Amino acid sequence: MEALEIARWQFGITTVYHFLMVPLTIGLGLVVASLQTAWVRTGKEEYLRLTKFWGKLFLINFIMGVATGLVQEFQFGMAWSEYSRFVGDVFGAPLALESLLAFFTESVFLGLWIFGWQRLPKKLHLATIWLATGASALSAYFILAANSWMQHPVGVELVDGRAVMTDIWAVLTNNTLLVAFPHTITGAFAVAGGFLLGISWYHLWKRRRDGIDTVDEKGRVVVGENAAIGRDKTDYNVWIKALRVGAAVAVVAFAGTAITGDLQAKLMFEQQPMKMAAAEAACHNGTSFSVLSVGDVGAQNCEDVKTLIEVPGLLSFLANGDFETEVDGVNTLIPEYQEKYGTHLPDDPMYGEQAGAEINYLPVMSVTYWGFRIMIGFGAIAAAAAAVALWVTRKGTVPQSKWLMRLAVFGILAPFGANSAGWIFTEMGRQPFVVVPNPSFTGIDNVFMFTAAAVSPGVSRAELLFSVISFTVVYLALLVVEVRLLFKYVRGGVPSAMPELVHAGGSGDGPDSEDTPDKPGGRKSDDVLDFAY
Amino acid sequence: MTLPTIWFIVIAFLWVGYLFLEGFDLGVGMLMKLFARNERDRRVLLNTIGPVWDGNEVWLITAGAMTFAAFPFWYAALFSALYVPLVLVLLGLIFRAVSIEYRGKHDSDRWRSRWDWAMSLGSFVSAFGVGAALALTSTGLPLNANGDRVGGAFAWLTPWAVVGGLAVVGFSLIHACAFLMLKTDGEIRARARRALVRWLPLGILPLAAWAVGVQVLNGDAFSLVPLIVAVVAVVIAWRMAHLGKEGLAFTFLGLFLLAGAVSIFAAMYPVVLPSTLDSAWNLTVDNASSSPYTLQVMTWVSLFGLPIVLLYQGWTYWVFRKRVSAESIPAVHKVNAQ
Ligand code: HDD
Ligand code: HEM
Ligand code: HEM
Repeated sequence: MEALEIARWQFGITTVYHFLMVPLTIGLGLVVASLQTAWVRTGKEEYLRLTKFWGKLFLINFIMGVATGLVQEFQFGMAWSEYSRFVGDVFGAPLALESLLAFFTESVFLGLWIFGWQRLPKKLHLATIWLATGASALSAYFILAANSWMQHPVGVELVDGRAVMTDIWAVLTNNTLLVAFPHTITGAFAVAGGFLLGISWYHLWKRRRDGIDTVDEKGRVVVGENAAIGRDKTDYNVWIKALRVGAAVAVVAFAGTAITGDLQAKLMFEQQPMKMAAAEAACHNGTSFSVLSVGDVGAQNCEDVKTLIEVPGLLSFLANGDFETEVDGVNTLIPEYQEKYGTHLPDDPMYGEQAGAEINYLPVMSVTYWGFRIMIGFGAIAAAAAAVALWVTRKGTVPQSKWLMRLAVFGILAPFGANSAGWIFTEMGRQPFVVVPNPSFTGIDNVFMFTAAAVSPGVSRAELLFSVISFTVVYLALLVVEVRLLFKYVRGGVPSAMPELVHAGGSGDGPDSEDTPDKPGGRKSDDVLDFAY
Repeated sequence: MTLPTIWFIVIAFLWVGYLFLEGFDLGVGMLMKLFARNERDRRVLLNTIGPVWDGNEVWLITAGAMTFAAFPFWYAALFSALYVPLVLVLLGLIFRAVSIEYRGKHDSDRWRSRWDWAMSLGSFVSAFGVGAALALTSTGLPLNANGDRVGGAFAWLTPWAVVGGLAVVGFSLIHACAFLMLKTDGEIRARARRALVRWLPLGILPLAAWAVGVQVLNGDAFSLVPLIVAVVAVVIAWRMAHLGKEGLAFTFLGLFLLAGAVSIFAAMYPVVLPSTLDSAWNLTVDNASSSPYTLQVMTWVSLFGLPIVLLYQGWTYWVFRKRVSAESIPAVHKVNAQ
């Protein structure tokens, strides 16, 4: 593999990994903040438990987002130095804004939230989680501004071969950004919804398995209690609320992704027609949306592709809002790109081993075609399942079936898959460009960059191999650790996140109790660190 | 003063802020294995930095991102030239961050001990790597006309890299002792003070050597004055530690870092990254910076943003001003499946 390919693999692996943590942080964070608000408003014990339980899982995940985000920030300079030189003037700004305005707020206030339960007044403490999670969403805005600029460069002109910013406002209100942001945020809520739904299903199922909750002859739940810590009636309320909130969030979030995704598709049709055609594996112009095609969808001559199911007119609707306009196919577009941007890369050392090579304007179609369908499909499946879950649990609890429970837990993965697929589609669909030219002649059409020119000329293959292998191995190991910890805390239920429940009763301490600094009677002295490491 | 010069000062400020704040986090991380004697001690150590370390780390992210925005050529040349050490820094920071959050999440000595190693080594490697990178940007790398490194993956490995690496490691350890002395109570506090008095001269030596070296290479009167201030400050810091004046000892140690770093950056100016091959290829504040428009935008945003960050970050230190002692550590919370 040449340096360019290794660098791309590295960027793809580390970013997709980062984006496993990100949507859960954004979605779950805002859910936890809302739950704590409900607790402060109503004072109901179940909301406190909900806040603490989901807050714990949120933190276990959050830290991995922080750890992997660092790599993202440094990578541009390390592996993509030519890219950094070309775009730094405009691309660096949103990144710097993100650090200064979002990351500081996020991390400082999260520290206050974790350690401030007893040290801050209740309302101020509530404000800290809103600031922290609000800042997460803000960070998403800035980073998507940077990404949208690569998809659709605005607010710049070309000076001495570099993109130079002329209008920050244009960069921050890029129409690509205005639709990508809500799409990504609703995608994040889809993840959070599935997560709440799957885990609380499991706990309700366990209460039934243990004979705590039963159902009467009409199928309505009869809530019970047992002596174990946390197995009281409040515990039931905790899980049923989480389940219903989660399912509702999942359904609404999917509707949100569909609406915003449709807007994205319309923009993409204008801004990156090749990506749209590749998403459809459409060789010829047409109006139908293929739901399922067989054969080699990556093949450029269409002889091999058989469309089994298609929806007439839908493609035009996605792209244009009507049912008749023909959407250009790959074979129409390639000559247009060749005419504008050349058939071969310039014979310039900046293109490395690719100098003088023929340009392939077609993204890897099997990736774009399936990426697009997996994104929509997994999202839709998760949403349909959530709707069914709302119906099935309308009488207050879940069925006893072990398989349904497993399915609900397994279903947590679907929205994650949809998110990754969405990104892989978006990013690979813009190849061979790293900064995509605007097709219309608005004066900034000349601002674009081929991916082949973006990689660091001074960095060797060996270095890149070393880093891609190290990151991948470390990331995999940490993923195993994270998932196991999540499982452990999920199994532990509410008491896992609430030492005060366990230790207040005076039980459960066992041999540790001589170390227990708690005052007699279970009340903690006020300088005991809560939530401490 | 020109905009690029102002931005050079902003970047220098971010690096000093990073070294000052994260210095004690990294130092405490290393001390998990060097200083703490038992589990209680380790939890005390961890809890002194628990609420603040993440906010401190963002200084590094911001220093990186601001360099990208204000001096893209500096960012691109430095980060790609130091590819291998930066990968190690990143891995170190990953392990450090994850160990803080995960070490207490499972009740087993083996588990905790592994994460303690991850934290200590992670902190050591990142402190060393950041120090090496800063020392090299002040003394030079073999860069060609395009700003790309020549001479292979280890061309950066010079005595300067080692001095800089040791400088940040040594300073962080000393700074962490001073921090623990301020933030803990009881036996640990007394031990931290003794360690500070004993190791301070050795710990600050490499940082002093780096500052003096840069002064000899490129210094002028502007950089000499802060260097003298730094030397005086560190002597006072040592004396104060002897006398048991904890707050003053910490403050003067901080002043030593500030003045030492100012001296180094002043000696570099206007070069941000020299090329050791040909001084015509040096990156300077003028040829490495962004357009005036971008710098203006960034200036406005920073004028608004930085003071607010300083305010609320300062406020967290106030909220968590209480000393941590062994008594304030709660029992281990066991998590069992329900
Ligand atoms: C749509 C959202 C989104 C996207 C596309 C990215 N990130 Fe991210 N990032 C976040 C949303 C986010 C977040 C939700 O704000 C995180 C996740 C966990 C966290 O702590 O904050 C975060 C953490 C995070 C951190 C650690 C912050 C801290 O210490 O508090 C850094 C340095 C980055 N990211 C940088 C990047 C870069 C350079 C990206 C581009 C390649 C990137 N992220 C993609
Ligand atoms: C603001 C955010 C982002 C920026 C600035 C960005 C930038 C880049 C850059 C510079 C590359 C390397 C060049 C290339 O191979 O095309 C790349 C590739 C890639 N990115 Fe992004 N990216 C961002 C977000 C994401 C996210 C969140 C994901 C997915 C979770 C993602 C997935 C990928 C993938 C899969 C590749 C590899 C593409 C390929 O090999 O063709 N990106 N991106
Ligand atoms: C009917 C449903 C959907 C449609 C029509 C749709 C459409 C799109 C389109 C056109 C893009 C590419 C944007 C571009 O390259 O410029 C995209 C990207 C993306 N999609 Fe979807 N999508 C849908 C559902 C979902 C779901 C359910 C999720 C996640 C749960 C999701 C997550 C993403 C992500 C993370 C990206 C990449 C980031 C971005 O460009 O915003 N999408 N989507």
